Amino acid sequence: MSAVTPLGLKFDHISHGYDIGGSLLPVLENVSLNIAPGEFVALLGPSGCGKSTLLRLAAGLETPGKGQVLADTQPITAPGPDRILVFQEATLFPWRTVRGNVQAGPEARGELTGKTDRVDEALRLVGLENFGEAWPHQLSGGMAQRAAIARALVNDPRLLLLDEPLGKLDSLTRLNLQKDLIRLWQDRGFTAILVTHDVEEALLLADRVILFSPRPAQIVEELLVDRPHPRRRDDPALIALRGRLLARLGVLEDV
Amino acid sequence: MSDISERGQGHYASADVVPFQIWRGGLWAALSWGSASAVTWFLPDVIQWGATGGFAILTGVIALVFLALAFLVTPARNPGLVHYGPWFIVLGLWLLIWEVVTAKLGWLPKPFFSPPQGLLHVYLSDWDRLLLCIAYTGRLWGLGFFFGISVGFLAGIGLGWSKRFAYWGMPFLKLIGPVPASAWIPCAFFVFPTTFQASVFLVALASGIPVAILTASGISQVSRSYYDVARTLGAGNRWQVTKIAIPAALPNVFVGLFMGLYYSFAVLVVAEMLGAKFGLGWYLQFNTAYSAYANVYAGLLIMALLCAGLVRLLFVIRDRLLGWQKGIV
Repeated sequence: MSAVTPLGLKFDHISHGYDIGGSLLPVLENVSLNIAPGEFVALLGPSGCGKSTLLRLAAGLETPGKGQVLADTQPITAPGPDRILVFQEATLFPWRTVRGNVQAGPEARGELTGKTDRVDEALRLVGLENFGEAWPHQLSGGMAQRAAIARALVNDPRLLLLDEPLGKLDSLTRLNLQKDLIRLWQDRGFTAILVTHDVEEALLLADRVILFSPRPAQIVEELLVDRPHPRRRDDPALIALRGRLLARLGVLEDV
Repeated sequence: MSDISERGQGHYASADVVPFQIWRGGLWAALSWGSASAVTWFLPDVIQWGATGGFAILTGVIALVFLALAFLVTPARNPGLVHYGPWFIVLGLWLLIWEVVTAKLGWLPKPFFSPPQGLLHVYLSDWDRLLLCIAYTGRLWGLGFFFGISVGFLAGIGLGWSKRFAYWGMPFLKLIGPVPASAWIPCAFFVFPTTFQASVFLVALASGIPVAILTASGISQVSRSYYDVARTLGAGNRWQVTKIAIPAALPNVFVGLFMGLYYSFAVLVVAEMLGAKFGLGWYLQFNTAYSAYANVYAGLLIMALLCAGLVRLLFVIRDRLLGWQKGIV
């Protein structure tokens, strides 16, 4: 698989809410955010603040109440395989083998013919080349999430939306998958947006960390993480940034 | 590869040195079947039954087969046969006791209880009519069941997938669903031009309704997130129905199929007893009227084997299609 042309994303004055029992619960309030093509951005904030909603809007699974989301210059109105969302749960289809899951995208779009070697390659990229015929219930949490990432990558996404994909994994698996994500991002060149609660993870992976307030979410701080990869968690620059973010988060939690 | 074949040879080599062993279960089975045979052959019947000699020969041959197997079979290599050994023994004993209390002593009231040779006589003398009845029953059941589950499955998909279809369809299903299919018998027999069509309708109704209800509930229970994944991968509606909704609902569909299968047997026999000219239900009814109880038992036995066989077949299909589920297979 060769590198892709990354997608630039623009959230333009987005306000969004959900109808809960007849009353509107505001989730996002006037959020504007530009993400450059090829950038790796982490969205950080208290849980339930609406970060995942931003990803759903970017994926096209929902349309914003106010404002618009632009992919390059085109408004996003529907889901598309160039913008793929990876969920916190691997959400593999349990009735399909790992291979069946990975090829679901090309198959659903009727593009599977002649692409089976790409499926193999996607499996190899995430280290699951020997598990193509396994059923999802036979996989560990980390392997399932790898399979979900392969299922996304096989479509050559220009934008990868990661909704806490490592949130439920044990710490060792998590470290390995963080390295893998950086490697894949560097190799393939897609734009990446990662939602996480984990300050350290955000600093290890992202070029830029966006900090959100509690619901309705607004951007309270942006940090550039201008350090080369591979990053070390004991890098003094990262430790300084971490202190700053944690202080900001602590303040937010007191509110 | 070479590793595996070497191990395979090693396995054979070690199996060859298993010492000669007698399958004891086979000996006992030969004894129980042999006694049934001997009692049938040597003791006089209280009244004349057909096929007494035939039954004695049949059980005798089976006893000889068990005797041969006892010496020819290595128990360690035939765990399946050894597992069922106690059943073979008890079956022989059952035949022996059955033979003694009916044909030889006449303890059980006569027209109602037939000795085993009575059943054998029915199979030997009435096999052509029985085959015809099996064919008639098979046709009625097959048409009704497959028509019913096809319509039920499609209706269930519609009800589970489309809100508008569910709005109009669900109240009907909820009203009609709980009514036993046999309650429709009076209407069905005058609404349809022939009793055969009415019977097909009743079997279809009995098997279709549980399939429709469980398919609909299965599809409406499918997790939203599967559809979200499919949509981000670029899947259209059709793919979401056939590749997400249906496979995800399949475990429920099979629950409906099993229920439908049992209901279809119940209605099938009632329908045949009421309106048919042939068929196993009719055969039971007809022979009861003539007090030919041996024929009734013979028919019941065939019915039991057919129904159990169909249930078994459905299990096999389910295990193949739902192999992905944890705990199945």
